[in-house]
Amino acid sequence: MSQLPHQFEAQLAHIRDALLLMASLAGRNLAHAMQALTERDDNLADSVEAEDASIDRLEISVDEMVINYMATHAPVARDCRFMLAASKISSNLERVGDQATTIARRVRDLNKEPMLKAVVDLPTMAQLAEQMLRESITAFIDQKPEIVPGIIGRDQQVDEINRRAIREMTREMASEPTTISRALCVLVIAKAIERIADHAKNIAEEVFYLYRAEDIRHERSLRESVAASDLRVV
Amino acid sequence: MVKNLEPPMTAPTDETIPVQPAATPGTGGETPPPAAIEIENLDFFYTDFQVLHGVSLNLPPHAVTAFIGPSGCGKTTLLRCLNRMNDLVPGARINSGQVRIHGVDIYSPGVDVIELRKRVGMVFQKSNPFPKSIYENITYGLKIHGIDKRPQLDESVERSLRQAGLWDEVKDRLHTSGLGLSGGQQQRLCIARAIAVQPEIILMDEPCSALDPIATARIEELIYDLRQQFTIAIVTHNMQQAGRCSDHTAFFYLGKLIEFDKTEKIFTNPAHQKTEDYISGRFG
Repeated sequence: MSQLPHQFEAQLAHIRDALLLMASLAGRNLAHAMQALTERDDNLADSVEAEDASIDRLEISVDEMVINYMATHAPVARDCRFMLAASKISSNLERVGDQATTIARRVRDLNKEPMLKAVVDLPTMAQLAEQMLRESITAFIDQKPEIVPGIIGRDQQVDEINRRAIREMTREMASEPTTISRALCVLVIAKAIERIADHAKNIAEEVFYLYRAEDIRHERSLRESVAASDLRVV
Repeated sequence: MVKNLEPPMTAPTDETIPVQPAATPGTGGETPPPAAIEIENLDFFYTDFQVLHGVSLNLPPHAVTAFIGPSGCGKTTLLRCLNRMNDLVPGARINSGQVRIHGVDIYSPGVDVIELRKRVGMVFQKSNPFPKSIYENITYGLKIHGIDKRPQLDESVERSLRQAGLWDEVKDRLHTSGLGLSGGQQQRLCIARAIAVQPEIILMDEPCSALDPIATARIEELIYDLRQQFTIAIVTHNMQQAGRCSDHTAFFYLGKLIEFDKTEKIFTNPAHQKTEDYISGRFG
């Protein structure tokens, strides 16, 4: 048996490359949106919105490559899982780009008003989300499903910061009504970062399925529903 | 006889492999039925060349089992062992091992090979209707087995052609030549001919390889329907065909059985890298 060079290996590599580029652009947009927030830089915020179109085009391109591959190669086993994962990863990365755009828009709104006292650590929250995104793509490219549980675990930290943001901003708005519009912007940004972490988690779950053929989505919600039913019985 | 070898591979049941309930309706939790065919440690040679190496597997009854693997892996040889078709090949011999149908070794001296081939019918790669009428093609085997009453033959012809999905197309021309049918119809005629003697097992050796996609789809539907009544083993080079119409798939490589499992398992998450490489087109 000899290993033959195959056109389809090149096509798989194209899809991988496109996803890597999407992840790179999405991660950069998140970083730029957060930099625009901390440096009150409208121009940088504008560039994030402009760059999002590139991510959108890549999403369409990945979908085209996936459908073409499926139609012409009828993939099975890992190749089939790869196509499913590629399509979902692409969709999640596109939404990461959208969330970065949402952050950039709120940053422009915030920049029109005086600075708000930093009661929520948005940069740390964004760093966590960006790290999750980077690691989920590393797991995909380097075929490392073993790092997926760690990525999923960090999503809870991001969720916790978001919940804290809601509490802090609610208190802030109650004590100082003139901050309401700015506090709402901060909450939208916190929610966008929380959603980015969710997308990174989704990508990690797809990577786990791709390399281990095991679907680990919704396991947490299953545990929660079991716990809830136990409570009802008690 | 060879001793101390691996036990035969048995297709997993729902007790061992969790599957969606809809995939195997009515079988969850039940004891699997005894195998229709048991192959145990089969070593097969063409003169000095060993083609099969210690193949052991159990084919479940009333199910379609696909044999896949690259050319020369021994899948057709194994299929032909199941009704002793290889007896006709000079130099072909089984060195050790057994093929049992309902517990009886089909290679034991007392076995009537004609009777065996009645119980284990075969459909070949290229349709091979006899140069006779459609009616005579179906009744040929029946007459060999002593059935010659016209009402009985008429009933068998209609039943077999209906089961093969050919009745409506040929009912008005039963006494015209079978060679006048299209390729797909000829292959279904051959299936009808195999069914007519009411076998328990049907062996199919790449039955669609010479057919267009429409004719192939009809044969695949037929295979799927026929498993209600027959145990079917099919050799195919078409991975999608194996995926579409078989319940279990056995992958062979260089005369060895590499993996045998439920078809959906083989095509979504095979256990062996060799299987994955083959079904995804990386070699073969």
